Amino acid sequence: MNSHVKTSLTRRQFVVASSSAAGGLAISVALGGMADAGTIAAQPFGPDSVPHEINAFLAIEPDGSILIRSPHNEMGQGAITALPMIVAEELECDWSKVKVEYASPTRNLRENRVYGDMVTAGSRGVRMSWQMLLQAGASARERLIAAAAQQWNVAAAECTAANSKVTHKASGRSLDYASLADAAAKIKLDKEPAIRTPDQFKLIGKPMKRLDTPLKINGSAKFAIDTRIDGMVYAAIAACPVSGGKLKSVDETPIKGRRGVERVVKLDDAVAVVADRYWRAKEALALLAPEWDTGEAGKTDSEQFAKLYRDTLDGPMVSARKDGNADDVFAKGGKVIEATYEAPHAAHTQMEPLNCTAHFTGDKLNIWVGTQIPMGALHLAAATSGLKPQQITINNCFLGGGFGRRGRNDEMRQAILVAKQVGKPVKLLWTREEDQMHGRYRPQAAVRLKTALGADGMPLAFDAKIAVGSIQRSIGMNKVENGIEAQAIEGIGNTQYKIPNVNVGVMLKNTHIPVGFWRSVGSSQNAFFMESYIDELAHAGGHDAYKFRRTLLAHRPDFIGVLDKIAEKGDWGKPLPKGHGRGIAIHECYGSIIGQVSEVSVNGKGEVKVHRVVAAVDCGHVVNPSIVEAQIQSGVIYGLSAALYGDLTIKDGVIQETNFDTYEMVRMADTPKIEVYLALSGGKKWGGIGEPGTAAAAPSVTNAVFAATGQRVRSLPLKNVKLSGAA
Amino acid sequence: MIAIKVNGTAHSLDIEPETPLLWVIRDELGLTGTKFGCGIAQCGACTVHVDGEAMRSCGVVVGDVAGKTITTIEGLSADSAHPVQQAWLAEDVPQCGYCQSGQIMAAVAFLKEHPKPTDADIDANLSNICRCGTYVRIRAAIHRAAASMKI
Repeated sequence: MNSHVKTSLTRRQFVVASSSAAGGLAISVALGGMADAGTIAAQPFGPDSVPHEINAFLAIEPDGSILIRSPHNEMGQGAITALPMIVAEELECDWSKVKVEYASPTRNLRENRVYGDMVTAGSRGVRMSWQMLLQAGASARERLIAAAAQQWNVAAAECTAANSKVTHKASGRSLDYASLADAAAKIKLDKEPAIRTPDQFKLIGKPMKRLDTPLKINGSAKFAIDTRIDGMVYAAIAACPVSGGKLKSVDETPIKGRRGVERVVKLDDAVAVVADRYWRAKEALALLAPEWDTGEAGKTDSEQFAKLYRDTLDGPMVSARKDGNADDVFAKGGKVIEATYEAPHAAHTQMEPLNCTAHFTGDKLNIWVGTQIPMGALHLAAATSGLKPQQITINNCFLGGGFGRRGRNDEMRQAILVAKQVGKPVKLLWTREEDQMHGRYRPQAAVRLKTALGADGMPLAFDAKIAVGSIQRSIGMNKVENGIEAQAIEGIGNTQYKIPNVNVGVMLKNTHIPVGFWRSVGSSQNAFFMESYIDELAHAGGHDAYKFRRTLLAHRPDFIGVLDKIAEKGDWGKPLPKGHGRGIAIHECYGSIIGQVSEVSVNGKGEVKVHRVVAAVDCGHVVNPSIVEAQIQSGVIYGLSAALYGDLTIKDGVIQETNFDTYEMVRMADTPKIEVYLALSGGKKWGGIGEPGTAAAAPSVTNAVFAATGQRVRSLPLKNVKLSGAA
Repeated sequence: MIAIKVNGTAHSLDIEPETPLLWVIRDELGLTGTKFGCGIAQCGACTVHVDGEAMRSCGVVVGDVAGKTITTIEGLSADSAHPVQQAWLAEDVPQCGYCQSGQIMAAVAFLKEHPKPTDADIDANLSNICRCGTYVRIRAAIHRAAASMKI
């Protein structure tokens, strides 16, 4: 059953809507507002263990507050609200007494990964942790019940838990959790309790307000950049503008004697200036003229790279999928549709430029950073400093955006190296320009897609050739020796469209430009390629783009649920003014299915305006529908920025778009009306929600541009595509 | 020495007059609610009020605001009581939250000029960047704040 995610939240009152796979939309009204919400401190980290713990995930303080530790961090996606909701679901605690902190990576290391991998990426907060969190809550609740039963000398089965209290109904006795916490911590259960099934959920599924909002409307939330330590100095840094290049030399005399400047620190590939204030460090750095060894990479540009990927399509491929015999079908001739698509690099451009504060004291290292991979950061800090991970504390802060960029903490490595030389706490901060020039970008890609259509206009054979950079090789995660990378082929290699004969080939090609995980990763460009191309096939075969998809996905009721929802809510097939068009796209990634119908207009000058995006998502189950709605809106806007404007070019090996004046973003005026609907299939599906919204944005818009103009968009961004205007 | 008044407190600063106001606010005064986003007055994360007018503080040098009254997010209200902050809370606007101080400061100044804003007014006047894409809720919050401020 589907329900519109509609949140109408006022201070005093909010609409609580929950929906379930079984059907039905339950709406009730509850009192809400700040007083009833849990809290999180301005700095989300705390001591890695405290008294009154029931388990690693939670402690119950004598004042009745419930400390819940989140194994994933907060970068906007709502993890520190949604994940504690899952624990609280089973714990039967008073939500208003919940306090949330990040789980500690050091403790995770010490206690055999009790919090899991702690990676906040791949839309995996809820997706990977829901069972663990339900179990942590259930286990604590059962031990609290057992502790009370023991005290009363009654059977645990006669006791119930609700609202932070255990009650023995028969005798009318009850004890609050705070008084039971220490006894509960000592209880050993014979067996762990079974976790709830979705039909039993009470808190999960409700649009609870985010716990971090109160901190984010008055400037009190602390991001890494806000770290202030006694005796701290500031570092501004410039790495070789050509990634991979090395520092040859730098003449320090231009900044000798400048106010506040303490010293110049030379790294292999960068030069930093340390001063008593950031502005003084940055201004001094700008006066230096370092000499770099940029090698052959310094002679490259975007056109060369575009040609490299296009040319790669003519060469050999590694087979990533082979169903039936597509070559035989193509050999028979008939109607064949072939198209080449391209996508440029994309930068994450998270709002908070990368920064890190490091305090190295010989046998200890304290780090304040925003990281999506606290365990990886801990190990990188150890390798960089020469200390053991146990000697290092990673104080992970609120992240001013992540989108994948904070999954590699290059800034932390630099901060540690500088701090080791300086002997004081150092806050190292990248300028926006540094951040743009030293990203770990979405890979550049080209694909060639070919399909043989039958007499009925339906595909008989499909062949895909993919040329793209390897993320895993670039970040040093894996050599990908077989040449097949999941990120490179996702969305094409695993296409769910039912076509009897399928070939998918891939060739990984890297340049000196570092590539990494960019929100929705391979699905970002591959969904654009695949969904635009499916649209081409529908039109070539004389089919409606929605019905064509519906036919090819008939074996997947979850896809059909999403398709039908967006067609209905998006007014598919209804008339539009001249110059307007609707486009449809559907894509599965991170365990969820996202569908979008976008409505655009193209004026006589060929300028595109996106008016409305109607999205539906099947993430199986929903923990917090208000957060899901926000994440889909967020993903759509992120995808639109890249689709409309995102052009990252390279000249002499250097990224050219170094700030928001040239690397344009969707702002308020460009923001369409966005409607978000749930089309939940329930069952075993617990899909991610941070990334899917991004994947479908570009193709639904470019398909709408086709509907409006008759012109097919086969490369991004749209601002570079010459549209002749409305058809 | 440069004299400025920030959130009601007078400061006399021994500082280079060409220092951007942003870095004075953050590093000299320790008011970290105002954020650094771009350094070229493009994104608006550093928006503050100078004599009641919204300004992108990375693009204003402190020497030019000597003697003026500056309000940062920390000085907007006690206990987040300003109607715009309350509207942000009611609509659960922030995601990562990094740009939101600037968004709120821009919205407060905007509503003074446009107490009954249309969507077109919002589009034409509010251009701060939010990479989390909270624009839909920002728009709703501005309308909500406008409605609550009419009383």
